Amino acid sequence: MSTKIKEKVRTFLSEGKIKGFLGLKEENGNVMPHLFCDPKELESFSIGDWKKAGDARYPLNKILIQLAISYPDETFATLVRGCDERGLRELFKWKQLNEEKVFPIGIGCPDELAKACECEKPYPDSLIDGPKGEKRDSQQVLRINEMALEERLRFWLNEFNRCIKCFGCRNICPMCFCNECSLEEELFVKKGEIPPDNPTFHLSRAMHMVGRCIDCGLCEEACPADIPLRTLYKKIIEIVSEEFGYKTGYNVEEKSPLNIIEVK
Amino acid sequence: MEFKTVLTTSPYCGCGCGLLLEVMDGKVIGTLPSKTSPVNEGKLCIKGWTVHEFIHHTNRLTHPLVKKGDELKVSSWEEALNLSVRRLQEIKEKFGSDSIAVLTSAKCTNEENYLLQKFTRTVLGTNNIDHCARL
Repeated sequence: MSTKIKEKVRTFLSEGKIKGFLGLKEENGNVMPHLFCDPKELESFSIGDWKKAGDARYPLNKILIQLAISYPDETFATLVRGCDERGLRELFKWKQLNEEKVFPIGIGCPDELAKACECEKPYPDSLIDGPKGEKRDSQQVLRINEMALEERLRFWLNEFNRCIKCFGCRNICPMCFCNECSLEEELFVKKGEIPPDNPTFHLSRAMHMVGRCIDCGLCEEACPADIPLRTLYKKIIEIVSEEFGYKTGYNVEEKSPLNIIEVK
Repeated sequence: MEFKTVLTTSPYCGCGCGLLLEVMDGKVIGTLPSKTSPVNEGKLCIKGWTVHEFIHHTNRLTHPLVKKGDELKVSSWEEALNLSVRRLQEIKEKFGSDSIAVLTSAKCTNEENYLLQKFTRTVLGTNNIDHCARL
């Protein structure tokens, strides 16, 4: 799947359209993020399918924000899946990235991955290679919806109780860009205690995912306690969509519902 | 302009989690868990996640310090090593080998740890050696 992508990047680099391409590379059997500035390096480019489809995905958009801070005048291309592209649109809206300085290089996710993610749209509009997979409904959220409210609360309190407060979910999240984080605010979360305040800690984070979470699932992959965070945030996406009619990451013009200030 | 990630092993404990240091223009700016490490499979604890913070930290020791009076003073390696040798010899002669204990570190390499236990057992003559990663 990588030939067409390499060709595209090579053209962009040689024409001077971009300063670098943020993607993944494989080195000695490991997959890791890398900024390709020289077309010769592209030999080692990887799409992140290590043992199975998409099992070596990294928060490239988060790295892109760092690059944009250090080099605000430069243009970069970046590897995007459907979720990453939704993320880029939100980051443009939240003024973390400049749309004119980013070239998305899109890959479509294989069916196996789309199914495992229960993905809403497993391909980006900037698709260069890979399939245009089908939309999947979330069985995980359906199972939660079937629970009575009391049972649901018990379920989540139980899950959150395993939290070791590694902050991995926040640290890996490509949509977490705040300089000051309320999860480190002593008023909400007491220092030196695990599990952190249950459910304040996890529900604070969930609230902050409104209009931000683009369902990439990196948080759940990074959780050492196997808390089903993706299900929690998928539920947030469902509520935001049903109650506010807002689809996170689909339209650059439309503002997130908690970001609209009405002046009367 | 350069951005790369460098694969390394977490220095904090004996588990040996694989992590990636994010390096921009020669400066370490962040840590990511390695997704391809069979040890931690893309997960880290809070210590692993913040491992990059001490690398360029201003409090980091970059010279040996020798206590003179009540104050720690920057000294040369030669002075610090000579002092250590002299004092260890004096203590060993006066109080015996077992009055000395050595604590090694997970932040050193396996080889450095090997050398230190060898030194402790054969030169200092004691089995009082332990490691901070005994978790």
